[in-house]
Amino acid sequence: FYLTPPQVNSILKANEYSFKVPEFDGKNVSSVLGFDSNQLPANAPIEDRRSAATCLQTRGMLLGVFDGHAGCACAQAVSERLFYYIAVSLLPHETLLEIENAVESGRALLPILQWHKHPNDYFSKEASKLYFNSLRTYWQELIDLNSGETTDVREALINAFKRLDNDISLEAQVGDPNSFLNYLVLRVAFSGATACVAHVDGVDLHIANTGDSRAMLGVQEEDGSWSAVNLSYDHNAQNEHEVERVKMEHPKSEEKSLVKQDRLLGLLMPFRAFGDVKFKWSIELQKRVIESGPDQLNDNEYTKFIPPNYHTPPYLTAEPEVIHHKLRPQDKFLVLATDGLWETMHRQDVARIVGEYLTGVHHQQPIAVGGYKVTLGQMHGLLTERRARISSVFEDQNAATHLIRHAVGNNEFGTVDHERLSKMLSLPEELARMYRDDITIIVVQFNSHVIGAYQNEE
Amino acid sequence: AAGMFLRLLSDIQWRAANPKWRRMSSSQRSTSTTAEPHPVSLPAQAQVVICGGGITGTSVAYHLSKMGWKDIVLLEQGRLAAGTTRFCAGIVSTARPVSIELKMAHYSNKLYQQLEQETGVPTGYTRTGSLSLAQTQDRLISLKRVASSLSVMGIPCEIITPKQALQLHPLINIHDLVGAMYVPEDALVTSANVSLALATAASRNGVQIHERTSVSHVTVQKGRVTGVETDRGRIQCQYFVNCAGQWAYELGHSGEEPVHIPLHACEHFYLLTHPLTEPLSSSLPTVVDPDGRIYIRNWQGGILSGGFEKNPKPLFTEGRNQLEIQNLQEDWDHFGPLLSALLRRMPGLEALQILQLVNCPESFTPDMRCIMGESPTARGYFVLAGMNSAGISYGGGAGKYLAEWMVNGYPSDNVWPLDLKRFGTLQSSRTFLRHRVMEVMPLMCDLKVPRWDFQTGRQLRTSPLYDRLDAQGARWMEKHGFERVKYFVPPGKDLLDLDHSKTFYKPDWFDIVGAEVKCCKEAVCVIDMSSFTKFEISSTGDQALESLQYLFSNDLDVPVGHVVHTGMLNEKGGYENDCSIARISKRSFFMISPTDQQVHCWAWLKNRLPDDSNLTLEDVTWKYTALNLIGPRAVDVLSELSYAPMTAEHFPSLFCKEMSVGYANGIRVMSITHTGEPGFVLYIPIEYALHVYNEVMNMGQKYGIRNAGYYALRSLRIEKFFAFWGQDLDAFTTPMECGREFQVKLEKGMEFVGQEALLEQKQNGVHKRFTMFILEDHDTDMDLWPWWGEPIFRNGRYVGKTTSSAYSYTLERHVCLGFVHNFDEKTGEELVVTTDFINQGEYEIDIAGQRFQAKAKLYPFSSLFTQRRRKDEVELSGYQRE
Repeated sequence: FYLTPPQVNSILKANEYSFKVPEFDGKNVSSVLGFDSNQLPANAPIEDRRSAATCLQTRGMLLGVFDGHAGCACAQAVSERLFYYIAVSLLPHETLLEIENAVESGRALLPILQWHKHPNDYFSKEASKLYFNSLRTYWQELIDLNSGETTDVREALINAFKRLDNDISLEAQVGDPNSFLNYLVLRVAFSGATACVAHVDGVDLHIANTGDSRAMLGVQEEDGSWSAVNLSYDHNAQNEHEVERVKMEHPKSEEKSLVKQDRLLGLLMPFRAFGDVKFKWSIELQKRVIESGPDQLNDNEYTKFIPPNYHTPPYLTAEPEVIHHKLRPQDKFLVLATDGLWETMHRQDVARIVGEYLTGVHHQQPIAVGGYKVTLGQMHGLLTERRARISSVFEDQNAATHLIRHAVGNNEFGTVDHERLSKMLSLPEELARMYRDDITIIVVQFNSHVIGAYQNEE
Repeated sequence: AAGMFLRLLSDIQWRAANPKWRRMSSSQRSTSTTAEPHPVSLPAQAQVVICGGGITGTSVAYHLSKMGWKDIVLLEQGRLAAGTTRFCAGIVSTARPVSIELKMAHYSNKLYQQLEQETGVPTGYTRTGSLSLAQTQDRLISLKRVASSLSVMGIPCEIITPKQALQLHPLINIHDLVGAMYVPEDALVTSANVSLALATAASRNGVQIHERTSVSHVTVQKGRVTGVETDRGRIQCQYFVNCAGQWAYELGHSGEEPVHIPLHACEHFYLLTHPLTEPLSSSLPTVVDPDGRIYIRNWQGGILSGGFEKNPKPLFTEGRNQLEIQNLQEDWDHFGPLLSALLRRMPGLEALQILQLVNCPESFTPDMRCIMGESPTARGYFVLAGMNSAGISYGGGAGKYLAEWMVNGYPSDNVWPLDLKRFGTLQSSRTFLRHRVMEVMPLMCDLKVPRWDFQTGRQLRTSPLYDRLDAQGARWMEKHGFERVKYFVPPGKDLLDLDHSKTFYKPDWFDIVGAEVKCCKEAVCVIDMSSFTKFEISSTGDQALESLQYLFSNDLDVPVGHVVHTGMLNEKGGYENDCSIARISKRSFFMISPTDQQVHCWAWLKNRLPDDSNLTLEDVTWKYTALNLIGPRAVDVLSELSYAPMTAEHFPSLFCKEMSVGYANGIRVMSITHTGEPGFVLYIPIEYALHVYNEVMNMGQKYGIRNAGYYALRSLRIEKFFAFWGQDLDAFTTPMECGREFQVKLEKGMEFVGQEALLEQKQNGVHKRFTMFILEDHDTDMDLWPWWGEPIFRNGRYVGKTTSSAYSYTLERHVCLGFVHNFDEKTGEELVVTTDFINQGEYEIDIAGQRFQAKAKLYPFSSLFTQRRRKDEVELSGYQRE
């Protein structure tokens, strides 16, 4: 069994999406040129999610990848909801009032976000009312709180993450009269998701990360080479600070049972996550909710199972770590990806592959004849060869797809091996998860001209 | 070499009489630029200031000074002929599809040929001839069409076989060729030197030339040019000529009152090589391989080869102005496909060594034709620019026409296709231009077939019914930015895609349009004609009537509610516009003109109406949606919708009335259809458009109503022998020459523009006559279709060209309209054309070299008219240009 190159391409490209920031009158004034994103499932259905949106009432763009576990419900909910929480947290008081008044009087709402979605990225219709009500409660509280201060992006991000996780937890505790929704909110709360979100506004780049997805900046050095700068820390057992933090939050008596086999309580890989109420609620609360919940929940061994050595919940938080970075002209792109990518590729390689791909598309080193003796025939041969080379890069019109191709198909020499690619992609569903994880990638390309201009202004 | 030559002359002001430089030869390679000469100060005033020292600017200066205007200053921001002119390929090619362009190129060729003798400046003029190659049968057809046009102009030209082509140029590979066209008199020049020679002659005639002087803006007062601000001071002038090439757009926008000159630059690449081992002869013909998108000329023993790629690179969109075009990058990857085409055409050149890849920006216009004429808003502001990479070929002729325009008030030939006023502000968006030129540049090499529509810059102006019509299968074309329906594709029927629908033969929409025509004849059709230009002229007293009586040839003092077809003539009696005017009240008139008259007619009227605050002229084009109800049942539909009798007794032909249609009131209904068929045009205030359309369609159902498009309209009007302005009629055609004496009231008791000329024509007869031709032995399915511009032969001798054509579904024949002249057999002088001359002749129409017999008629088939009309008038108008 063997996949032909077109078959491979159709698998790789099934979920690819590109967005170019529109130009006005031939000019793009945004610091973002656009982004490419893609997903390759290993689980069926895929448990990763991605989101991208432009804030319409404030400046800036939001992009995020979400890695779900124990099902996709939580990742799905976070992918739909988190950006609204962030956007609302960023809104000035007057806009919040205006929106609240509009809702109150039944007028049309100011649009808060413009989504950039692949057709496969869906929103749950059934839950939209419920989600909206929770969000509205949040902004009503923000209105009441009116601090009068300008909103700090870091704070807004942290608040939004925490608030959404809190709402997920509350909704599950309260339940819903509609049985479908009731089951949904429970599935959301009992599954989990990590989130890695970027907020770009001019030269200000904020990364808010919860869990083990990762944000990486691609930097072009003066000599043209590529290097990678991490803009997030993985929240897992490999991160000493994170282990330290968890230990600090619990009594010394639990020190040994807290992290086992590099997992939280011996179970969970990420040390921070949305949902996962099994690691947050008290045992009593868990039991009560499960018992009063629908039968499907009761029959599920996983949900009923209480983690061992569970003494002082919560063990898990959704609070993100936020890193702020001022963009420079040499910062050419940002890669947000779930751990499925980082398990297979080193960030240096990621930087190089994306960097070379993007420059290959935009400025291949021009040929100059200068004083050399070149014949028409030689030049023709040279150009034909260059075209062939470019077209192999052009096979992918999407940087994220290009990266996935390498992540899955790279051989020991770091080049794409078609046979290997074909094998990896034709694995049966049940085997796929053994060889690879879901991969979700967003590659954001920056506009060096605009960033340079910002810099000159400052 | 030209550059060196210029540098020696860099004494800012340029004096031809200065003996110092006359001794120098252009081949001298001195680089002594160290001694900066003393700038001669600019004059405080001049009659004419020309901006731009390239081929167009120097040509205008040359011709103006030849015609006797001496007080002229030419300003160049850098050096003379140092822009596109210096870099261009220097090919003088007369093989042009548009007749006026062909004439310009022909004149340029003759001018350049004698220029060296006239001025003493070596121009490098070499008559090499040119070979245009055809890789496909369709390409050969288009070459044959050009060949027909060249032949009747007396320009030698031949359609030859691939083998004959090989004999003329031993390097070309002929295996993939089906034929070629050879034009032996085409030439090569050193373009900068031509420009320089023109400058020299102009300078000797008194034109002052100042280099290194840039124009910052032009000042305009009360709609007239008053002067020019430069970086070296102000010059007062009456005339300004913008010959700034690719900077013309920018310069046009620099003043307080912008002059919109829609052009945009694209990078253009060509290759220079070292000489061949056995250097190429300088007399070897230039090869144009349009299917390969390239041209190849001999150059100093080697070759110069460039082309027009499919993916052009527009530049300077932001309007960055730089003094001279420098430091543009060579882009070999971009040139790759053209290099492949070159080596495919001349495989023997593989071993030839590259000298340089030149990047020479060229400016392109939205319709691939150059831009000349006077600004509609600033009198005395003239423009000549946007040469679409043919500046050398056109430069001489274009300069002559523009000079004539300035000196005589109008050029010696019809230049409407090139007139600046064919554009308005709507074509001057940077985004539009950037997108459009990316389509135009590849078109330089694409096959030019009838009925081609631009694909970019569309959906700018639309009728409120656009979406409704589009959903019903409308296919669109664009006129002056306005979307108009060609025809409606019935549900379930598919047409060919764009590329495959290109044909010189019977098109795929033949039956679709046939069905629409049939419906117009037998039932009723609706055509959205909202694009027409609509003006309202009104006054407090009789001013409106008096002014219009003076400006229009027909009698407009008619009872309120009458519609009059009339020409707006120039002093020579030629049509500046052809329109329908309805007298809405005693003191106000509603005027309908062709779509592309919006700028021209406005400027014409503005310049001629008295400056009287009690007289108002308003452009109401955007206020009305026009629905044309054509067909015998139109009367039923309208009377049911309005509860008013619409029969000829109550509503005769050529009437106009405001009435209600459906719920909507204030609809201007006119009993004209622009086709000669019975029916009405409804001018509907746009907010009612959808309502009225829906009502008409609902009510019309029982009468078999359907939508129709302009192709049906065109077929109908041409079979009725209706001329339309811009296609058949132009500023050089009088009503007398097209059988419209009845639209001229020589005795209306008051003087009008053109009256004298018409009186004289009435007395002495006309020199050309608009004639209708029915093709006799033409097979609609198998033969090439006529288009326009086909030569007409009478008793075997060339007498004129067709101006439009269409298939008549009623006559089941092709109908061509065109002008017949009577050229004296010996002198070629134009003699009087009489009715007998027309009637006593055997006619043939030449379609791409094949002649078809045709029957000539001076009057339409009366059997085609069924309508009852007002006694004194026959509706005989129509101006739906293709």
